[in-house]
Amino acid sequence: MKRIALALFACCSIASADERRSGLLDMRPEAQAMQRDDSMNPGMLWVLDGEALWNRKPAPAMQSCADCHGDAAASMRGVAARYPAFDQASGAAFDLSGRIIQCREARQAGPPLARESHDLLALSSFVAHQSRGLPITPPEDTGIRAVRALGQSIYMTRMGQLDLSCGQCHDDHAGRRLAGSSIPQAHPTGYPIYRLEWQALGSLQRRLRGCMVGVRAEPFAYGSPEFIAIEAYLMERARGMEVETPAIRP
Amino acid sequence: MRAARFLASLLLAMAVPAMALADAAMVAGDAVAQSLTGSAGDPLRGRAIIIDRQKGFCLLCHSGPFNEEPLQGNLAPSLEGAGSRWNEGQLRLRLMDNKRVNAESIMPAYHRIEGLNRVGPVWRNRPILNAAEIEDVLAFLMGLKTENAP
Repeated sequence: MKRIALALFACCSIASADERRSGLLDMRPEAQAMQRDDSMNPGMLWVLDGEALWNRKPAPAMQSCADCHGDAAASMRGVAARYPAFDQASGAAFDLSGRIIQCREARQAGPPLARESHDLLALSSFVAHQSRGLPITPPEDTGIRAVRALGQSIYMTRMGQLDLSCGQCHDDHAGRRLAGSSIPQAHPTGYPIYRLEWQALGSLQRRLRGCMVGVRAEPFAYGSPEFIAIEAYLMERARGMEVETPAIRP
Repeated sequence: MRAARFLASLLLAMAVPAMALADAAMVAGDAVAQSLTGSAGDPLRGRAIIIDRQKGFCLLCHSGPFNEEPLQGNLAPSLEGAGSRWNEGQLRLRLMDNKRVNAESIMPAYHRIEGLNRVGPVWRNRPILNAAEIEDVLAFLMGLKTENAP
């Protein structure tokens, strides 16, 4: 009897458990409209730049992304929904931007793309845009599982002078007000995002650095295994939610 | 001259952890009865620290009787009536290190430097508020009495 009651309870809590919501829904209507209308969404400027870069042939290899990958609408569809991914050859996980950096160096022999540079953000947003509307579907291999577990442990670790973990705000107090702003659930559904506070497009890692500086912690480096691990965990946490790139956020 | 200044800053840097350790020894039960400075704080300075978004940043999480501050948080109880809920020694400890009273608390320890993780270089080895600032905030909060308190 007790067991049945427990099972029932488990069922009910699963049924009502998916209270996940994209930060899109917490914005005022004008900002939501801005994201939904491509002619108003400033993130589309980066996507369009990314499309141009996709077709450009950088010296010295004179090889464009399109020369290998063809039409991004077909070849890149769903890719961002699966990243970060574990790379067997190098034994490390790559986030989407990291994969583009690696491809640029290895295949195009082109000038390296710096993290948070315009060109890398443009290419990343162009590639991620090809997955817009698709559900986030992280891979299930053992390599990425280990990375994800590391990400979860970092997410749960208190840090900084303020001694707060990501989870204490974004799990335990999501929806509450931190000064004037509502604390989001922190689902990385639309990166790179155009953040109104930045007046620019930026990566998830830039956003994570903002939170780390906010709790007065020393941020992880761009491209570090720690940031990629957190992203892998957050993407698993957002499994099934729709890719929105390029999203608008306050 | 330069050496003297270096020595002075070194001594100052060493003095901070020593002070924090001394504070820990002052805890009795759930309170720190004695003033950290040996004298009473200034409630007006305390009020300024509370609303300062870089200094005390209390209103990120708490609300309170600060009509000129429109953006107040709701992650934690209102500061209204704090001076009726606790006596001075209890509130002093809660400001210094609330996790001693409640390990699950999200409130930062305002006057502890040990046991923290990955603190940014600018903030390392210094408490959020120094002893005098703790006493100032305490003096203001003790004045926030619930009306018609029993």
